[in-house]
Amino acid sequence: MEQTPGWVTLGKDALKPVVAFLKDGPGAFISLHCLTGVDRKEAVEVVYHLYSFEHRVMLTIKVILPNADLTIDSITPLWAAADWLEREVYDLLGVRFAGHPDLRRILNPDTWTDHPLRKDFKMAGVVPKPVK
Amino acid sequence: MDFEELIINMGPQHPSTHGVLFLQLKLDGEVVVDCQPHIGYLHRSIEKIAENRTLVQFVPFTDRLDYIASMNNNVGFCLAAEKLLGISAPPRAQYLRVIVAELNRVASHLLAIGTFAQDLGAYATPLFYALRDREKVVQIFDQLCGQRLTYDYVRVGGVSGDLPPGVDQLIRDFIAYERRMLAEYHDLLTGNVIFCARSRNIGVLSKEAAVNYGVTGTNLRASGVAWDVRKDEPYLVYDKFDFKVITGQKGDSWDRYDVRMREIEESLKIIEQALGGLPEGDPVAKVNKVFRLTGETYMRTENPRGELGFYLVGDGGPLPYRLKIRAPSFSNLSVLPYLVRGLNISDTVCVLGSLDIVMGEIDR
Repeated sequence: MEQTPGWVTLGKDALKPVVAFLKDGPGAFISLHCLTGVDRKEAVEVVYHLYSFEHRVMLTIKVILPNADLTIDSITPLWAAADWLEREVYDLLGVRFAGHPDLRRILNPDTWTDHPLRKDFKMAGVVPKPVK
Repeated sequence: MDFEELIINMGPQHPSTHGVLFLQLKLDGEVVVDCQPHIGYLHRSIEKIAENRTLVQFVPFTDRLDYIASMNNNVGFCLAAEKLLGISAPPRAQYLRVIVAELNRVASHLLAIGTFAQDLGAYATPLFYALRDREKVVQIFDQLCGQRLTYDYVRVGGVSGDLPPGVDQLIRDFIAYERRMLAEYHDLLTGNVIFCARSRNIGVLSKEAAVNYGVTGTNLRASGVAWDVRKDEPYLVYDKFDFKVITGQKGDSWDRYDVRMREIEESLKIIEQALGGLPEGDPVAKVNKVFRLTGETYMRTENPRGELGFYLVGDGGPLPYRLKIRAPSFSNLSVLPYLVRGLNISDTVCVLGSLDIVMGEIDR
């Protein structure tokens, strides 16, 4: 079965009301399966995977945040699962989730200053070249 | 009520935290008022490493995620890669993948049951029984691919080698042996009065809470949700086999134990059917070493600990642009503070043991 036939791109203000409707509406997307981010150099994409047990559909939602303003509404009030996942995206990519109850780093130490999954992050040490 | 709060640091080096997990417990006497897990002690930035490795080079890193069930991680990652590339493995390779994934599930569940019993104070005996049986699986894998823990057996496009002569008989012997031994586990634990008293009605996770926290796998099924990716969105050749989706009733710690016990029987059934129907042919991958990755894909598979997802994004080059690993234990652990509020410290250990987490995939 095709799990991700494509994705929907939403504006950042539309995200929270739309996912709230998807969760409680007839779609019954009651499961926040995954929440992650992708650094696109000029912008960061925040990617949400919602799942509906009733209709057996995985829905991928993307929100594109320009580097100048990396803030988006937190969806932790809707799903407890978003709590740690948003903290991870904040830690690794630097996206700030407005309204998150406890937005701290989760994998890196609190004293860390960088966001390692950003493409401009300088890797210390030598990275081996991939096979040709 | 007026009381003096005591904060206890449990871990990161603690035998009951199943790895380097640090729990900050706020206590009122013996009762946990709040629990704050601190993770990241095992963070090796595997997702960043993935951005600098080709798909073929990255497969051994997946062994180090959930190191108790390395085969299942191999399978999950290779399926995600194959989905992105639009290729599929030969039928014999698909059957072999099912066999190794289910064998590893049995080994992983055994270890989960053994350590859970040890957490409840059944010192040594159940754990040693579990290790004894798991050793047989490990030795089968040793014969199969020359490794005991980090296998790198499943490759993009197939598997690394065919079954060596005699290994299919070893697997059949193990199935017969393990069926006998399961009776022993049931005698030792399932009806044990102390074991039941320690685990029944402890850490009850309702259906709604489980879904809300993103809990998956055995922990979700123990809460009564009949959901198994192998059954409901079949990958590989799982749709050809006859097996049941095991569910619990209440979602307490005992149910989580019981679901694992019964899933071992189902896994043995799957292995038996897969061995019986193993098609002829060459299972070894015959594909390129370097691919151009375009587009993106999301693939999830049923790991012993829950749904392991790989979100793989390509940008036209040979390296993944981004790889997100949706680790089941990560979400399963996030429910712990909710479950343990109001319980004793000893019950906190019971709940943590029943959730069956592996820090390797939480911290990545």
